[in-house]
Amino acid sequence: MNNLNYTFTNKTRYITFGLMAIGLITIIAGFIADTAPEGVENYAHTRIWANLLVNGWFFMGIGLLATFFMAFQYAAEVAWSVAVKRVYEAISSYLPVGSVIMILILIAGQLHMHHLYEWMDPAVIDKTSPKYDEVIANKHGYFAPWFFWLRTGGYLIVWNLFQRGFIKRSLEEDLQGGTALHYKNIGKAAMFLVFFAVTSSTSAWDWMMSLDVHWFSTMYGWYAFAGMWISAMITIILFVLFLKRKGYLEQVNESHIHDLGKWVFAVSFLWSYLWFCQFMLIWYTNIPEEIIYFQDRLHNYGYMGLMWTVFFMNFVFPMVLLMSRDAKRNYFFLTFVGCIIFAGHWLDVFMMVMPGTVHGAWGLGWMEIGTALGFLGLLLFVVNRALSKAPLMVQKHPYLDETLHHHI
Amino acid sequence: MSNLAIHAIYDDEEPLMASAAQLRTMGVKVKDVFSPFPIHGIDGVIGVPRTRIAICAFIYGITGLCLATWMMWYMMIHDWPTDIGGKPSFAYYMNVPAFIPISFESTVLCAAHGMAITYYLRCWLVPGAKAKNPDSRTTDDKFLMIVETNEDNSKSIEAALKSGGAIEISYK
Repeated sequence: MNNLNYTFTNKTRYITFGLMAIGLITIIAGFIADTAPEGVENYAHTRIWANLLVNGWFFMGIGLLATFFMAFQYAAEVAWSVAVKRVYEAISSYLPVGSVIMILILIAGQLHMHHLYEWMDPAVIDKTSPKYDEVIANKHGYFAPWFFWLRTGGYLIVWNLFQRGFIKRSLEEDLQGGTALHYKNIGKAAMFLVFFAVTSSTSAWDWMMSLDVHWFSTMYGWYAFAGMWISAMITIILFVLFLKRKGYLEQVNESHIHDLGKWVFAVSFLWSYLWFCQFMLIWYTNIPEEIIYFQDRLHNYGYMGLMWTVFFMNFVFPMVLLMSRDAKRNYFFLTFVGCIIFAGHWLDVFMMVMPGTVHGAWGLGWMEIGTALGFLGLLLFVVNRALSKAPLMVQKHPYLDETLHHHI
Repeated sequence: MSNLAIHAIYDDEEPLMASAAQLRTMGVKVKDVFSPFPIHGIDGVIGVPRTRIAICAFIYGITGLCLATWMMWYMMIHDWPTDIGGKPSFAYYMNVPAFIPISFESTVLCAAHGMAITYYLRCWLVPGAKAKNPDSRTTDDKFLMIVETNEDNSKSIEAALKSGGAIEISYK
């Protein structure tokens, strides 16, 4: 076993710094350039804040679902994925960074620095105010600040604690061996999965669905979860291919790559299924308070083209291009489709946030792309740094031998 | 010079795999292997070509999709235009979200049944078919390899099989 230690080369480091610099400059320039549309008073840079939320949530989701994948592999006692375990562990290390960004965006909302969340404004529940909104006032029990912050803090703290524990035990296992830590991981993973089953949905309601606060969908949590999951799977496979190309991970063979490819294919379908189910049921029943969500996304504000792009990028491309066995073993194909889906799911999050916040005043220009590049640079920096901190192949794991002989 | 079939019995799968690999390097064709359980990787070792059932599945799936589309277009749009939840029913594309689940189900139904039926027919696993197993011990704890050859090579093959760990060799 050679080449176990990944070196975060200066070249890669400068690329990530460059991307982060682009992002930072774009955000600052965005606050200056993003001026109020005509006739709007107290404009709070909604476009750039919404933009930050898109990226904050999308990239945090990658770290979060890498943590989920990790727990899921432990709980199901999966052997083949042990060979790429260090890669998804490194990706999960973005979760603490993403959580801090997410909480800063939410705190800014609570301090009324931005107005992305209509229900954060106390006037909407004040009967004497002209802004009074009965629908939101009825939801006040759920959106009361103390309860909202209790939930938000709870999710982020518990997720991060589990993530830290998994990483810590994984490194301990390298030294210690045996099965004691393995069984402990299975127990912890089961606990995390139960907690995550509930909080993945409720966090999506709290932070994303509440942007369209008058509307609700019981499918939203799962839809958001599937979108985050496929983004995380794509990140895992792209990092594995990147490391393979650099000459690391020699023990990762064609079968591992094929299995990762199958995951990408399958989770793409899961996302498409949930995305379509949510759309079809609402389209079918055609109830005004439900259909408004898709009216906004199709007809009202000119997002129609983007909606179709999301559908093609995230469903049609992976379905057609990754269907055959050979495609799932071809590095070029996987990288190509991976990049398409990654961009596609970023656009999907864009479609979740923008119609409910900036409405018609949206754009997909330097502001959005620059911020996304900045966050991408941050993700690459954090993951590369985490990769260089631990051996790329686990040293002692009950399933190590099995994964090295993985053959399908 | 007549053709011969050599039946070699093994009591484990590992010596069988090793022998088969050795025979292949000698240029001998292994006709078939009978074993009590599936042996991982045996198809590559004895040179079985990759299955083409995936291609069949794709064709059956496309057939199912076309059948469902034609059926729904005929029933719901052409023959008796049906009002679905107040949606216009003048053209197929206007109602297409409502038709997707049925298209999907029909695709899966045709692909799955087509694959199963193809498999049964190809292996001739039909009602009343006689078992083709040449030695009933291979359903218990023995492994059988059949090698087809001619008289000239039979001695060298037999020696290779014996040294590879075959416990019993017979000519058929």
